[in-house]
Amino acid sequence: MAARIDDAALTERGLDAPGDPIGGRVLLLACGALAREVLAVIKINRLSHMDLTCLPANLHLYPEKITERVREAVLEHRDHYRQIFVLYADCGTGGMLQKECEALGVKMLAGPHCYSFFEGNETFAAHDDEITAFYLTDFLVRQFEAFFWKPMGLDRHPELLPMYFGNYEKLVYQAQTDDNTLKELAKTYADRLGLAYEYRFTGYGDLAKSLRDFS
Amino acid sequence: MSDDLDDIILAELSDEELTLQMHDDLYDGLKDEIEESVHILLGRGWMPYDVLTKALVEGMRIVGIDFRDGILFVPEVLLAAGAMKGGMIILKPLLAETGAPRMGKMVIGTVKGDIHDIGKNLVTMMMEGAGFEVKDLGINNPVENYLEALESEEFDILGMSALLTTTMPYMKVVIDTMVEKGMRDDYTVIVGGAPLNEEFARAIGADAYCRDAAVAVETAKEFMAKKHNQMTA
Repeated sequence: MAARIDDAALTERGLDAPGDPIGGRVLLLACGALAREVLAVIKINRLSHMDLTCLPANLHLYPEKITERVREAVLEHRDHYRQIFVLYADCGTGGMLQKECEALGVKMLAGPHCYSFFEGNETFAAHDDEITAFYLTDFLVRQFEAFFWKPMGLDRHPELLPMYFGNYEKLVYQAQTDDNTLKELAKTYADRLGLAYEYRFTGYGDLAKSLRDFS
Repeated sequence: MSDDLDDIILAELSDEELTLQMHDDLYDGLKDEIEESVHILLGRGWMPYDVLTKALVEGMRIVGIDFRDGILFVPEVLLAAGAMKGGMIILKPLLAETGAPRMGKMVIGTVKGDIHDIGKNLVTMMMEGAGFEVKDLGINNPVENYLEALESEEFDILGMSALLTTTMPYMKVVIDTMVEKGMRDDYTVIVGGAPLNEEFARAIGADAYCRDAAVAVETAKEFMAKKHNQMTA
């Protein structure tokens, strides 16, 4: 499965579910930004009864579309799987995704967004001094240009930088893996944004716990 | 929009041509050209209010429509807003001097715990363009900031903004406090921000959810019209 993973595709198109699941399997319906991490948790915990499909990560640029796309995907796959677990947190849907998942009878991840559940929702909520922090995960470091720099028009109009990031003070790289290349990249992006840099190893946090609990 | 800007000498255009050119220049986010055109129209004896409404606000209205329809995106809107701001800076002191009509007064701010202000700033600018006087409280505002501002002068509208799911519930704290103090009904409360929706606005007791700056302006105008009708009835 890992061979199919391509970050650009995860941002733009997502990841298809494997065809013709046999016998009581569980489908993980995830944001493309979580694909590598979900597959890693599946492998580490030997959750071989779980399949993964992803919606495009760049749906986060239009959070008002997330709920409907999740609903469509659940309806598309629900007859082929014993259970579906939605691997989205609230993700800027203002509670609408939670409401839709309840109506569909499927569970979803707890928390406001991936920055929170990677660090652990309780730990993240306890930060009351980080409202000026801009977070990146492994995926977002790898996809920084495609996810932030280009959609924000900063490649064409760097003069917009203060309008977007003028109120931020530091970039926190929440690392899921210990990767020196990503560390260096994240530091580069902090410099480019004019922000202080902080490295914070999180591992898979509540994502791993949630998948184990669900299994 | 325009491909042949190098060939256009703004000062040589007629009033009508220049106004249309300003709509194009706003669309293209050309701040220098907008500032030059504002000076040209003022130099021709235009009232500042007419420059504002016929050139800048109308141009931003077109930008707003194309943003709503998915033709323009946030970067282009921000560039257009930057160009409009350039024109507004020239016009603002002149508008006060020339007694331009005032629509109403508004306090606006991003709620506590939230530092996002792009949407709020767009609303502020468009409201000012529509003739509202706006007191902008900035970002990360506790309830005390809103109340202090509302009590400091006579305002008609309170606007609150939030971009985060974790901070939007704070709007209810502000509204509940206004209710406790018996001042909620003295103001129209409008709310906005990416994770919000109409249902949330109703649930927290706001008067309206505004999905973008253009809607905020129209909503504010409607409430002010109702208020005037009630006062004259």
